[in-house]
Amino acid sequence: MASSCRRPEHTAPPDVFYNEAEAKKYSQNSRMIEIQTQMSERAVELLNLPEDQACFLLDVGCGSGLSGDYLTEEGHHWVGVDISTAMLDVALDREVEGDLLLGDMGQGMPFRPGTFDGCISISALQWLCNADKRSHSPPKRLYTFFSTLYSSLARGSRAVFQLYPENSEQLELITSQAMKAGFTGGMVVDYPNSSKAKKFFLCLFAGGTATLPKGLGSETSDRTVMNQVQYSGQRCRFNNMKGKSAKKGRDWIMEKKERRRRQGKEVRPDTKYTGRQRRPHF
Amino acid sequence: MKLLTHNMLTSHVKGVTKGYPLLIKATEVKVNEVEFNPKFVCRMIPKLEWSALVQAADQLGHRDDLPRELVPDFEKNEDFLKKVHRVLLEVEVIEGCLKCPESGREFPISRGIPNMLLNEDEA
Repeated sequence: MASSCRRPEHTAPPDVFYNEAEAKKYSQNSRMIEIQTQMSERAVELLNLPEDQACFLLDVGCGSGLSGDYLTEEGHHWVGVDISTAMLDVALDREVEGDLLLGDMGQGMPFRPGTFDGCISISALQWLCNADKRSHSPPKRLYTFFSTLYSSLARGSRAVFQLYPENSEQLELITSQAMKAGFTGGMVVDYPNSSKAKKFFLCLFAGGTATLPKGLGSETSDRTVMNQVQYSGQRCRFNNMKGKSAKKGRDWIMEKKERRRRQGKEVRPDTKYTGRQRRPHF
Repeated sequence: MKLLTHNMLTSHVKGVTKGYPLLIKATEVKVNEVEFNPKFVCRMIPKLEWSALVQAADQLGHRDDLPRELVPDFEKNEDFLKKVHRVLLEVEVIEGCLKCPESGREFPISRGIPNMLLNEDEA
């Protein structure tokens, strides 16, 4: 179980794991802050809120309020729920604008029907898949969470969860419980070809008809037809290259750039100078 | 905790059917200045339980002259919107507790954060 040590859900329950030391990281570690803000930005984009309108949003697993800061920046009002007192203390010290609640998402969301215009959650949902006490049943807790969330959302609004699923069974468990609670929608995967930049967003709709948005960096994978050989001339390509290196050619450079673009990395645009020989110098 | 949040909060103790509105017993109340956004207040007013808001403001002693009934065309009445804005977003409960009207369960508020965690037998 070497890999399990790297998943915080396996080490301790969330109220224990996010102690003062862990909470401190979220206010000081600039890399963590940057990633959290980026993910909140994308989550809000997926929420598809009406433009130029202040909305009332719910942030589940708000922690130190990094995602909330972005919501405030966008002019929205928000309520944050978290189970860790240490994280909420950091949020208080950072003087976030939103209102905070101490609560367990598995016990349901204590709000009146139709309260919120949307819900976001950054890296929190996977915690619900673990049973930390003998009385906990993950499917039941997920269902309680989703059904109470469904009722507290306004019709036609969305809930976007960024999560780190452990395996496909876990994803199935989460989506099946969400569908049972009445949500429609599904997973949006950003940069599916990159192992590092890949991000999972569960995008749920509370009533209304909407089509699932496309993940970033997935345009090329949509074009290919599954169960079909994409390009069969792979071997012939090297036949007419006698003596020349397979790398460093224009074709090779273009292919590499395309590959890195699919992985969501920053790549310079293709120009007429791409892969061209430089003029000779003395 | 702002009164806007209080207006939306219900008790989720097992077996409670309505659990609304939660009674506020405040020992410390603060008024925080918040930027006035008339559009947002207008949008929130239809979502509010007006009687619960008036009752909560009364309990905190910040009702001032908020009418018992909702004013019919509040969109144009900026004076009224400002009053609602003050009660909804500026008045904050820092210490105290919330009491479920049905089960009598108390949810303590400390440093402005209500503790909505339930015991195992209540979930």
